[in-house]
Amino acid sequence: MKAFLGFVKKEFYHIFRDRRSLIILFGMPIVQILLFGFAITNEINQVKIAILDRSKDATTQEIIHRISNSPYFTVTQLIEKESDITAVFKKGMVKAVIQFEPHFDEKLLREHRASVQIVTDATDPNTANTISNYITAILKDYQRDLNQNVTNFSTITPQIRLAYNPEIKSVFMFVPGVMTVILMLVSAMMTSISLTREKEMGTMEVLLVSPLKPYQVIVGKVIPYILLSLINATVIILLSIFVFGMPVKGSFMLLGAESLLFIITALSLGILISTVAKTQQTAMMISLMGLMLPVIILSGFIFPISSMPVILQVLSNLLPAKWFIIIIKGIMLKGVGIGSLWKESLILLGMTLFFIFLSVRNYQTRLES
Amino acid sequence: MKHIEWVIEVSGLTKTFGDFTAVDAISFKVQKGEIFGFLGANGAGKTTAMKMLIGISVPTSGAARVAGYDVFTESEKVKKHIGYMSQRFALYDDLTVKENIAFFGGIYGLGKDRIQKKSKQLIEELGMESEANSLVRSLPLGWKQKLAFSVALLHDPKVVFLDEPTGGVDPITRRQFWEMIYKAAHLGTTVFVTTHYMDEAEYCDRVSMMVNGAIEALDAPHRLKEKFGVESMNEVFLKLARA
Repeated sequence: MKAFLGFVKKEFYHIFRDRRSLIILFGMPIVQILLFGFAITNEINQVKIAILDRSKDATTQEIIHRISNSPYFTVTQLIEKESDITAVFKKGMVKAVIQFEPHFDEKLLREHRASVQIVTDATDPNTANTISNYITAILKDYQRDLNQNVTNFSTITPQIRLAYNPEIKSVFMFVPGVMTVILMLVSAMMTSISLTREKEMGTMEVLLVSPLKPYQVIVGKVIPYILLSLINATVIILLSIFVFGMPVKGSFMLLGAESLLFIITALSLGILISTVAKTQQTAMMISLMGLMLPVIILSGFIFPISSMPVILQVLSNLLPAKWFIIIIKGIMLKGVGIGSLWKESLILLGMTLFFIFLSVRNYQTRLES
Repeated sequence: MKHIEWVIEVSGLTKTFGDFTAVDAISFKVQKGEIFGFLGANGAGKTTAMKMLIGISVPTSGAARVAGYDVFTESEKVKKHIGYMSQRFALYDDLTVKENIAFFGGIYGLGKDRIQKKSKQLIEELGMESEANSLVRSLPLGWKQKLAFSVALLHDPKVVFLDEPTGGVDPITRRQFWEMIYKAAHLGTTVFVTTHYMDEAEYCDRVSMMVNGAIEALDAPHRLKEKFGVESMNEVFLKLARA
């Protein structure tokens, strides 16, 4: 036991004396979460738009007023002719132009039908989509107010409620993803590097000749990373609560326990990598290419799994990250308990056992040769 | 007549990898306090043979006892009573001299007091007082080598295995290193050393020459030279390798 504690202490020396690993361990989580939280977002905010009002009556004024009063848009330009639309887009000054047809008010009264054209700059398709949705929503809102006094109208009004994320904050989507990526990176990459480092330096051989059992060597090397990853997970959760207002509706205990499970899954992957990689460089490349990229692309962190081609959807099931993202979203946003998450948790547990089994097998064949 | 204490007893030890026989039924005995040179060209099988003796490779067949324990069934006990120094003088670069000593003492289960005492004594003997708290990274290669050897002896093993311990160091440091080996042997530690420097073979009490996985010659250096009618161990080696 004492020998074991000495081992853990030595591992902490390695970590704290290497500036590079310190930056990866503590700098990156904070930078990533802030980056994803603030910079990368699907939300729109104060988008500049231009108006081409060819009617200039009370109704169009009212609609323009509503649009410019919303926090999403600022009307920066009023243009006079249709040919100006292309001009303002080319200059890149606005993201959308709203055009009202002539005699808007009159048409609305007499024919109960008037047209508004929304032109968006679709060089950025996501933003264009969001902008047109938001403007349509404002128009519908106005229309509803207009029809309030009319009783003989039969209309179907959809009541849309966005459950669990009513304001469609993208942070709610990114926090679970970033947390997953960081835990994966710290746990898998750092352990695989630190284990291959011992191989490269020749110290692994000395350790294997010592009375320490191989599993003690591995556990001793892995424990510091479990502790540091737990600290990281806590920092990320605290940042997401206090900086981004993300809720934790479920139990903190469960969130902690599931995070620990995922950390161990990632560590066992790291150990597995170290059994095949001969150098630190290889270990890093395998971790980055083999783990990070699939986690970012296939786990549902950025691109929704349901809209992927079937083959990729099937592949995504093999990623521990996918299941962990489902678990944290469930706990933080929906507030569900283990009763709804046992399946995902079991999958993670099964994967962990499988990785450990493979590592032990690889390790033994290596010892034999 | 004094009873001879055998520290290493090997008979018919064999290791095969598929069709390839790396170590072919080798047998030898090493007694307490002896400096035993384990010689051979690269690829002759000496590293494989040594790996079986230190318990990190399982023999295919044969029998071996090291420090009084069977390497097949009591490898844990074997590990407690042997020391090992790899050819890379493996120490932790980013730990200080003292921290390295404390760490390796710790994994051999030495108590805190004993580690402290040993550490002080060892640093004094090596004349490294002013480097005790420097990172091993900053030490010259020769110092690392001496430190690694001392660390391998920290838990007073019955036998210490040295895998090409003098690779890459200058002749003066090599000479100093052999003085440390003599001192350890004089104090009763058996030294099992692999090398391909034939001049070093002259310093050993007995040497074995391995060719293609088998031991072709085993005796004291002067007897081997007599037997082959040559002047140096190098010539003995060449005669054997060409036979």
